[in-house]
Amino acid sequence: MADPMKIRAQLKGDVAEIRILMGHAMETGQRKDAAGATVPAHFIQSMTVDVGGKRVIDGQTGTSISRNPVFGFKMKGAKAGDKVVVNWVDSKGDKRTDEAAVA
Amino acid sequence: MKHSLIGALCAVAVMGGAFAQTPKKPVAKPAGKAAIAPAAEEKDAATLEFEKFRAEMEDSNPAELFEAKGEEQWKNKRGPKSASLAETCDLGQGVGKVEGAYVKMPRYFADADAVMDAERRIVWCMVEKQGFKFEDIAKQPFANANSTPDITNLVTYVAGHSRKMKIDVPLKDPKVREAYETGKAMAAYRAGPYDFSCNTCHGADGKRIRMQNLPNLSTPKGAMAGVQGWPGYRMTGGVMLTHQWRMGDCFRQQRFPQPKYASDAVAYLLTYMIGNANGQVYKGPGIKR
Repeated sequence: MADPMKIRAQLKGDVAEIRILMGHAMETGQRKDAAGATVPAHFIQSMTVDVGGKRVIDGQTGTSISRNPVFGFKMKGAKAGDKVVVNWVDSKGDKRTDEAAVA
Repeated sequence: MKHSLIGALCAVAVMGGAFAQTPKKPVAKPAGKAAIAPAAEEKDAATLEFEKFRAEMEDSNPAELFEAKGEEQWKNKRGPKSASLAETCDLGQGVGKVEGAYVKMPRYFADADAVMDAERRIVWCMVEKQGFKFEDIAKQPFANANSTPDITNLVTYVAGHSRKMKIDVPLKDPKVREAYETGKAMAAYRAGPYDFSCNTCHGADGKRIRMQNLPNLSTPKGAMAGVQGWPGYRMTGGVMLTHQWRMGDCFRQQRFPQPKYASDAVAYLLTYMIGNANGQVYKGPGIKR
């Protein structure tokens, strides 16, 4: 079961600043545990961000992204109250969708 | 009695500063090997960059994820006795009350007849109220790359409810005072292969190890530098760690035996350090590089 994301979307003038904090192990598949066995890869493979019903990010992520990653970006054209929907899928097929409103 | 206790526990720690913590105070300018560290007040470029970076990260601190988990674990019925901490655990502000509890510990708890820091108290509640076995909790008390124990989430949750509050350890309580004085003596106790005491590094202003400033724990500001940011999320490895863990890490850096988890020794040292920080504002769970 994936942990919920924390999404913050703040309007500053006409620019919305959106920050997404994801809880994920982001295992690269290169790490070994105490017993010397390889920890299997498990990472977020793709993510999408929709703001106000419009897709603004459709991206791929890989093993170079840190554990519990934070993504931040700024966008123009968002209005207060717009729904921000973030969705990710990881390498094991686990999914998570969370939403927040632009404030 | 106190001295034998100190000897037996080998309890001396370097706190706060050292490697695990991001520089909180201005970094002294790089000096030649023979130079004595100057009491630098101006901040150099590296420190300013670190501060910018930290401010940015504090805005989206992954510690929040652990807080959320801790909240669930605080409120849910758990353990062999199927009790929730929210309904049974008194952190000193009344049963289940977490608001401002973290900054008012360590304090004396009559039901346990001991001075306890936040983590020790929550462990006590888990054992007494929920029926968990102390040995099981102490087996892996701190987070590593593979897992985070419940106790770490719980401490983070409780600490999150003391954001922007002033540290207020009840040093007027004679039991807490005694713990403080013992902790103070422990901080001055020299031993180990380096013949170090806590105060060797943390007893005077303007000391540092390489680029790392070492706070003077006998001053309110210095002590706060050792308290601030714990529990903290370490970006190296992505693990959430508590103040108890930090104390153990100081023991390690001093080449001392590890203190027992949730023991008197750690509680006394924390009482000394957090007590010295009385009046300073705690920012909540932090983030470390």
